[in-house]
Amino acid sequence: MDLLLRGVSHTYGDTQVLRDIDLAVGEGEIVCIIGPSGCGKSTLLRFIGGLERPDAGEVLLAGAPPAGSLNPLTYVFQDFALLPWRTVEGNVSLVLEDHGLSAAERREVIDDVLARTGLSDFKAALPRQLSGGMKQRVAIARALSVRPAVMLMDEPLSALDSQTRELLMDDLVGLWQRERFTACYVTHNLAEAVRLGHKIVVLSRRPGRIREIVEIDRDLADRQQADAKLDAIQRDLWQLLRDEARAADRELADDTV
Amino acid sequence: MTLSDTSAKASARGEPAGADASPEAADTRLQPVPFRGGGFRPVRVRFVGPLVFAAILVLWEAGSQSGVISNLVLPAPSEAFEAFRQLVETGQLWRHLGASLQRLIVGWTLGMSLGVAVGLMIGLFSLARAGLMPLVSALFPIPKIALLPLFVIWFGIGEGSKVATILFGSFFPTVIATSGGVDNVDRSLVRMGQSFGLSWWSIVRKIILPGAMPAILSGARISASIAIILLVAAEMIGAEYGVGAFILMAGSLFATDQLLAGVAILSAMGLIVGWLIGRAERWLLRWRS
Ligand SMILES: Nc1ncnc2c1ncn2[C@@H]1O[C@H](COP(=O)(O)OP(=O)(O)O)[C@@H](O)[C@H]1O
Ligand SMILES: [Mg+2]
Repeated sequence: MDLLLRGVSHTYGDTQVLRDIDLAVGEGEIVCIIGPSGCGKSTLLRFIGGLERPDAGEVLLAGAPPAGSLNPLTYVFQDFALLPWRTVEGNVSLVLEDHGLSAAERREVIDDVLARTGLSDFKAALPRQLSGGMKQRVAIARALSVRPAVMLMDEPLSALDSQTRELLMDDLVGLWQRERFTACYVTHNLAEAVRLGHKIVVLSRRPGRIREIVEIDRDLADRQQADAKLDAIQRDLWQLLRDEARAADRELADDTV
Repeated sequence: MTLSDTSAKASARGEPAGADASPEAADTRLQPVPFRGGGFRPVRVRFVGPLVFAAILVLWEAGSQSGVISNLVLPAPSEAFEAFRQLVETGQLWRHLGASLQRLIVGWTLGMSLGVAVGLMIGLFSLARAGLMPLVSALFPIPKIALLPLFVIWFGIGEGSKVATILFGSFFPTVIATSGGVDNVDRSLVRMGQSFGLSWWSIVRKIILPGAMPAILSGARISASIAIILLVAAEMIGAEYGVGAFILMAGSLFATDQLLAGVAILSAMGLIVGWLIGRAERWLLRWRS
C-alpha cells in the first residue's frame, strides 16, 4: 500500500505550521523526515495517521492494505506510550482485543511478535521493570502485531541513550530486511536518517515545506561500516539543515518578545 | 585554608611543596567531606505505633486504679473492656455491628459506584463537566448531617434515611477524586489507544479507568472515613440497633464505660476499613513502583 500526500498545509491559530507538502511513500520504503524542531514533523505524522485533519490538502492511501492488517497506519511513539498497569504481553494484547480475535489467536500473534523482537523472556514483565530500549522494543512489537501497512514513527529513538539507539537501529535494520515494512520515520538525528532512510525528506523551518528529498540507494544492510558516500550525504544534509536550524532557533526567541 | 595556598606558602619559603616538617603541614591533613544528606525520607519503623498505644492504656489504667483519674470523669480501660465483654456475651455486639455494617456497606458502595460513574462523566464529557461540576462544588461542603431531617422525610425513618446519608456523604468526595483522576490520565496513552483504533469504550475501560484508579482509591479512603462519621450521626435518629444507637443510649444513661466501648468499636472499624483499602491499593496498583 502506498501513501500519498498532496498539497498538505496547516495553520494553528496565526502560525502556519506546514505549507504545500507533496510526498509519496512507496511500499517497503522507509522515508525519513528531518527538519528543525518545531517545523511541523509531528503534526505531519498526525495527519498521515488520521489523528488530525489538515486545513488544506489530502492524505491518500493507494491500494488495499495487506491481507489481515488490523490497523494499516500504526504509530510508534517517542515516549513509548505503554500502559504501566499492563505487562509486556498485556500491552501487545491491548491493541488486538478490539478485533474479534479469539484468545488463542491473540496468544499466537503475541508469541510471534515477541519472538520476532526478542522479547519472549520478558512477557510477564511490567514496563517499570524495563529499560528504555526494551520499552521501545515492546512498542515496536505492539505495532507489528496489528500487521501495519505503514509504520509511523515519531522520533522513536530520541528518548534513548546513544548506545541503546545503536542497538535499536540494528534491530530495525534487521527487522526491515526480514519484513520489508513501510515507514515514515521522523527524526532530528541525521545519523539515524542516513542509516535507515531510503528517502530523506528535509523540511524547512516553520512553516515546514519540503526543501529537498535525498534518495539513498544503498541497501540498509550495507550501511553499517564507515562509508565515505554516506558521510558525504550526512554532511550535505547538515549543511542544508544548519541554516534552517539556526533561523528556527532565533525565531523561537523572537516569538517570546 | 585551601590546599593550593598552603603549598604556595611552602614554595615561597623555598621548601618543596608537600614537605611535612613544618607545623603548617597539619593543614594539609586529609579530612572526610562533611555529610549533609539524609533525612526527609520516611522509613518504616515497626512496633512503635502499637507500643505508644499500649503505653497510653497502661498509664491510663494505672491512673484510674490509683485514683488519680476519677472514675466519674473517665472510666478505666478495664471497665470499658468489661462493658465490651458483656456486649459480646449477651450477643448484642453482633446485632449492633451487623446493623451498622449493613448500612455502611450498602451506603458506601452505592455512593462510591455513583460517584465513580458521575466523576467519569465529568471527566469525559465537557457538557457534563459544565453542568455538574458547579453543582458538586455547591453540595459537597454541606454537612450531610444537616440534611438528615430532610432525608428522614424523603426516605423514611428506617434504613432509607440512614443509607441515603452515607450514600450522599461518600458520593461527593468520590466524584471529585474520580474526575480529577481522569483529568490526570496521560493523554499520550489516550492518543495511543486512538491510533490503534481502540473503541471509545475500550479506551475508557482499559486506559482512563486504570489511569484514574490511584485517585479513585485515595478518594475511597476519604469517603470511607466520612461514611463512618455519618453512620453514627444517622443512627442517632430512630435506630434501635447500630453502634451509633448504642453509643447514644450509653451516653444518655451516663454509662461512660459502654460509651467508651462503643467508641473503641468505631475506631476499630475505621482501622479495619483503612487496612482493607490499603490492601486493595497494593493489589490494584501493584504496577506502580
Ligand atoms: N495542537 C496544537 N495547537 C497549536 N499549535 C500546535 C499544536 N501542535 C503543534 N503546534 C505548533 O506547531 C508547530 C509544529 O509542531 P510539531 O509538529 O510538534 O513540530 P516538530 O515535531 O517538528 O518539532 C510548533 O510551533 C507547535 O508549537
Ligand atoms: Mg515532534
